[in-house]
Amino acid sequence: MGTISENIISNHIGAQVEAGDIVVVPVDFIMSQDGTTALTMQAFEKMGGKSIYAPDRYAIIIDHNAPSPVEGVSNIHKEMRRFASQHGTILYDVGEGVCHQLMPEKGHALPGSIIIGADSHTCTYGALNAFATGMGSTDVAAALISGKTWLKVPSTIKLIYNGILQSGVFSKDVALHMVGSLTADGATYKALEIYGEIIDALSVEARMTIANMAVETGAKVGLMRCDEKVVDYLRGRTSEMIKGVDATDDAVYEKVIKEDLSKLPPQVAKPHQVDQVVPVDDVIGIEIDEVFIGTCTNGRLEDLRIAARIFDGKKVAKRTRLIVAPASREIYLKALEEGILAKIVKAGGVIITPGCGPCVGTGGGIPADNENVLSTANRNFKGRMGNSKAFIYLASPATAAYSAINGVISDPREVFQ
Amino acid sequence: MNLLRGRAHRFGDNINTDYIISGKYKFKTLDINEMAKHVMEDLRPGFYNEIEHGDFIVAGRNFGCGSSREQAPLVLQAAGIGAVIAESFARVFYRNCINVGLPVLECDTSSVEDGDELQVDLRKGLIRIVAKGTIIKAKPLPAVMVRILEDGGLVEHFRKHGGFKINEEG
Ligand code: SF4
Repeated sequence: MGTISENIISNHIGAQVEAGDIVVVPVDFIMSQDGTTALTMQAFEKMGGKSIYAPDRYAIIIDHNAPSPVEGVSNIHKEMRRFASQHGTILYDVGEGVCHQLMPEKGHALPGSIIIGADSHTCTYGALNAFATGMGSTDVAAALISGKTWLKVPSTIKLIYNGILQSGVFSKDVALHMVGSLTADGATYKALEIYGEIIDALSVEARMTIANMAVETGAKVGLMRCDEKVVDYLRGRTSEMIKGVDATDDAVYEKVIKEDLSKLPPQVAKPHQVDQVVPVDDVIGIEIDEVFIGTCTNGRLEDLRIAARIFDGKKVAKRTRLIVAPASREIYLKALEEGILAKIVKAGGVIITPGCGPCVGTGGGIPADNENVLSTANRNFKGRMGNSKAFIYLASPATAAYSAINGVISDPREVFQ
Repeated sequence: MNLLRGRAHRFGDNINTDYIISGKYKFKTLDINEMAKHVMEDLRPGFYNEIEHGDFIVAGRNFGCGSSREQAPLVLQAAGIGAVIAESFARVFYRNCINVGLPVLECDTSSVEDGDELQVDLRKGLIRIVAKGTIIKAKPLPAVMVRILEDGGLVEHFRKHGGFKINEEG
């Protein structure tokens, strides 16, 4: 009897737990990517690992630096492929997409499950009611060998977002609002549970944008309910039985925050902290040199649809470069078939390989000194995109697209009248 | 082993793992010692050369937030940092430190200034500012973590026990 976190963990160990308990739990799925797998493989070997506990429940994903731009990375990728084939694990190679899109899309992230990933945004699958959290490579190696991990059962902050979003305001704005109001360490060591009319009305993809950013408040997980939409989303993606886990009425929360977001304007995070969130009005007119639409936060089909709608028949401003990375091959293909990509390319955009793209500054799209970037990603730390002298603003795909056309930060509500 | 001594290098709040080691290096090399030369360089260029073996990083709130990269504690360790002392830590970083065997202490760091000589008693969780004589008490680590740290990190813990051995003391 308890919060979603307590109930998922209790189900897994067959005994009732409560916040604060430290437990060893079985893990349902494990993920690592090309920035973290090298250390995972090293730790696995040093620990004396011979075989992987459940190779069909481990996905290795090449997305952060794909295709490889330098030989060092190429060699890491080669090792990852060798490790995957030696142990018979799942491998998603260059061009398949960003890890946090592939995990739900390929049916690996299921309601009520416990997932650990060697990437901090593993919390994205909370949108599918999975207790999913990021850990380091050594923790992941330990889980690969034993099928288990240790956890401190988190206490929970409950967020209830009611109302109806204005047109031109999207789930990313809700996510930025959440991070801005909780602050960058407001939920450290804790779980978030996110509810309300606004969440109910969003698609599963749009909910992922919010769960994705839970970690920017320090949270371990950002959990939502498993409703009909989640079941629909997973249809055809998994053959496993889908059964969500709810909180019970007697659940004890550390805090409950209830808000009506009907008046929420588009939100922008200013450099260099994710929680420096302001209404778009405060930054309107700031010149933008590069716009990046993509990442595990906002590279999904509906994000590209919104962007294409804005770009349709328009041109990106002369001073601005536009880079777009679909979050997966499936999304890329659908966007191609729907004519979305044609609209973006005609407007002057560049489409790059499904994957992380310029998000973490490892490949193309590195901004110059003193340039301003408007990105749909989840982090704007100094140096994040590969140049510590650049300035990164974060916003929704709509704000990003409309600002790309104007060359300055603009309010997308103007096009969604 | 449990008594450390070194100088404090002061940092502020919300020092993220991108600052500790930029993502661009993580992908270039597997060589932690090579990466260590770039530790904190976006915040403090040349920081690597300022570190003497056994020095401490002393910071404010939410140290190590951001990515789950384990390179962050490894790089600090390779750069010669003996322990990280902060008001609070981001959870994955904290866990990673224990797993790789880099000591972390959570306490009020407001009285520590850049360059202060510190003496740290890990077992007791006590930090002494040598010149001022001030003693700061750190929060005790959870028992699981003490266990893993005493084994020398999670790798050694697994080698020794063949799996998790953390619950038997209750
Ligand atoms: S898109 Fe960015 S935030 Fe997401 S997994 Fe890739 S590097 Fe990390």
